[in-house]
Amino acid sequence: MSDLTTFREDTRQWLEEHCPASMRTYMPESEKCWGGRDYKFSSDDQKLWLMRMADRGWTAPTFPKEYGGGGLSKDEAKVLKEELSAITARAPLASMGTEMIGPAILEFGTEALKQQHLPAIIRGEIRWCQGYSEPNAGSDLAGLQANAEDMGDHFIVNGQKVWTSYADKSDWMFCLVKTDNSVKHGGISLVLFDMKSPGVTARPIKLISGRSPFCETFLDNVRVDKDQVVGEINNGWTIAKYLLTHEREMLGRIGNVPAEKTLSERATASIGLKDGRLADSALRLELAEWEIDFQSHQLTIERVRDETAAASVGNSSAMLKLYGTQLNQRRRELLIASEGFDAMTWKEDSEARLWLRSKGNTIEGGTSEVQLNIISRRILGLG
Amino acid sequence: MQLILNEEEQMVRESAQSFLADNAGPSLLREIRDSNNSLGYSEKLWQQMIELGWPSLLIPEQFDGLGFSHVAMGQIMEQAGCHLANSPMFATAVLGVSILSKEGNEQQKSQWLPKIAMGNLTLALALDETARPDPLNIATSVTKSTDGFILNGNKSMVIDGQIADQLIVVARSSGKPGDRQGISLFVVPRKTAGVEITSTLIMDSRITANISFSGVALREDQLIGTIDQGMDPLTSALNVANIHLSAELLGIANECLHRTVGYLKDRKQFGVNIGSFQALQHRAASLWSDIELCKSTVMAALRSLDESAADASLIASIAKVKACKVAQLATNESIQMHGGIGMTDEFDIGFFIKRARIAQMLFGDHRYHLNRYAELSGY
Ligand SMILES: Cc1cc2nc3c(=O)[nH]c(=O)nc-3n(C[C@H](O)[C@H](O)[C@H](O)COP(=O)(O)OP(=O)(O)OC[C@H]3O[C@@H](n4cnc5c(N)ncnc54)[C@H](O)[C@@H]3O)c2cc1C
Repeated sequence: MSDLTTFREDTRQWLEEHCPASMRTYMPESEKCWGGRDYKFSSDDQKLWLMRMADRGWTAPTFPKEYGGGGLSKDEAKVLKEELSAITARAPLASMGTEMIGPAILEFGTEALKQQHLPAIIRGEIRWCQGYSEPNAGSDLAGLQANAEDMGDHFIVNGQKVWTSYADKSDWMFCLVKTDNSVKHGGISLVLFDMKSPGVTARPIKLISGRSPFCETFLDNVRVDKDQVVGEINNGWTIAKYLLTHEREMLGRIGNVPAEKTLSERATASIGLKDGRLADSALRLELAEWEIDFQSHQLTIERVRDETAAASVGNSSAMLKLYGTQLNQRRRELLIASEGFDAMTWKEDSEARLWLRSKGNTIEGGTSEVQLNIISRRILGLG
Repeated sequence: MQLILNEEEQMVRESAQSFLADNAGPSLLREIRDSNNSLGYSEKLWQQMIELGWPSLLIPEQFDGLGFSHVAMGQIMEQAGCHLANSPMFATAVLGVSILSKEGNEQQKSQWLPKIAMGNLTLALALDETARPDPLNIATSVTKSTDGFILNGNKSMVIDGQIADQLIVVARSSGKPGDRQGISLFVVPRKTAGVEITSTLIMDSRITANISFSGVALREDQLIGTIDQGMDPLTSALNVANIHLSAELLGIANECLHRTVGYLKDRKQFGVNIGSFQALQHRAASLWSDIELCKSTVMAALRSLDESAADASLIASIAKVKACKVAQLATNESIQMHGGIGMTDEFDIGFFIKRARIAQMLFGDHRYHLNRYAELSGY
């Protein structure tokens, strides 16, 4: 207990001294720090903050120190998180590396893979994308067809991935490929390759929000060395499932971005009060219900973490994803309802675009229906 | 805030679970109902609870109690929900004890609390006057007399009002119905001249009381707390009550889900288990998810009663909204997914929906608390 108290005090003091003032403000979506080879920092402070946090390994607080991580216990990581949010510090790094492939390499990768990739992930030097979905393999992900032909010390990969978020801006891909076509789940492997490899083409797809955050990715005779297979060959499905758990947990937190004003404050600013109550009485109760559900969800994330000793929350992640993404959609609906036509203009950072983008939340990372299937089968034992 | 049970709380949970599974449940409730029991609960079960020390759980050690946490008591309430166990526990050991230990003076505390801890005294809160709960809507009046007060008015839906040794009466000492100011609390023995009690059977097979007070003479020392300033302590007591009712509702919802999932695995139609139909799977899965959220809010609400001296109003309303909505969904869905058999009196599932609606309405349903949440949040 007293160790944690000391840790809290030290952390608070360190943050006080090292977190730049401009990194203690609410972060607009456009100033998220993704890192990567070609990343253009939006300010010197953004870069400084990433470097300082990365030096301590606090971009991946629970990763072992030997790979550049923070080496913190679960309880210490919780304290760090609390102290960061107490000063509304921005996340120094938003990354599929620290959130997804990093944990998988740590859990299943060879020592050489860990040495090669983890430090660069933690320092935000390499940006990763996820090559899972294909035109004919969405919810039925295990039906994927990208083919990896065994050439002895390497594979030659051919196929097409789709909906690959930020493929055009990423440095490396973690990718599911078929290494044995005679079986379904048992013939899948998880491989890593550089997006600059000959034969990789990423073509942006425009979304209903008018933005192009994801791509079709074509793989044409792409060479992947066998030492870039995570875990055993043909054991990729186990790792993919493990990774999906992390992805769901991450998506479950999607609506939890600190914002300058709460939903009800924004609604009040736009609609006004009458006799101390929001002037739109129907919207008022919808807002209250959303806020209550949001807090319930936050508490559930916390409780599930407290309950599980392991780093991953397992099957509960399906519930966190299901609920968190629905909440984010409800938030966006309530925002455009509150701000009316002001929110519906087609400007660069307009609320309308965020609202449209949120429609994908219940699709990406496994649809809501798929989450319900998981809960029914794995938790309730129905089938 | 730790959202998991500590060892002591885990122990209470397990003991409540196994004790109530063996000694309460729908069959006991059926027996009570069908024997026209005038208490609305089993005296034997209550005596066993006393032996287990349950009424003393929230009472501080200096008054012979166990001084356990609200989280611990909440485990008993949740299990009482699962097993539909009625007893004077809630009105006496949760609600009554909260008011007395917070607002009573030393003399009142040492007079009442040790007796409650021993199981020798029961309490009831005489609050509601209208069919839909509203703690501000108090017309029952107390006026000054030469050596004390005179009490006049009518109360309804008083839980355990027909059996409690002492009534805690919420009365208006000044102002008009709707005012926050001018509420006062008094302890009044049930057997007092001018107190008239009519028992009412309600749909969950429990019994509540309608009480009329006509010219009841009260002494100064029957006042709890400060004259005219009763609203704040009443509000904290109702926060406690609503949080524990939320725990009970969570237990009901969980039990309904559990029974329904069991039925989905058992019942066959079209040659397969009905649980193989995705339409039903998704409804069950979605209910399970809602219950998970409810668990977290109940836990956080109970903990905040233990941890913070600050006003628990906001978290109490959050917990009650969530618990009411989830219990409503769970009880409705469980009848639907059982088909025709769910509608029969012979089958147990119907007992849960009846208890749930009463517990939802007590001290404000989800609509009341949604509105209260918005008010407390300044919009
Ligand atoms: C914004 C966004 C970002 C994404 N980023 C990535 C990425 O970075 N990398 C990547 O690999 N993929 C990514 N995806 C792809 C995503 O994982 C898939 O879109 C998703 O898994 C659904 O597959 P699908 O689009 O083929 O839909 P389908 O599987 O064709 O589903 C269509 C509809 O049928 C329903 N359905 C399907 N099967 C069942 C079933 N068994 N039971 C009940 N209902 C069912 C679905 O729920 C859905 O409503 C992204 C998607 C979006 C929207």
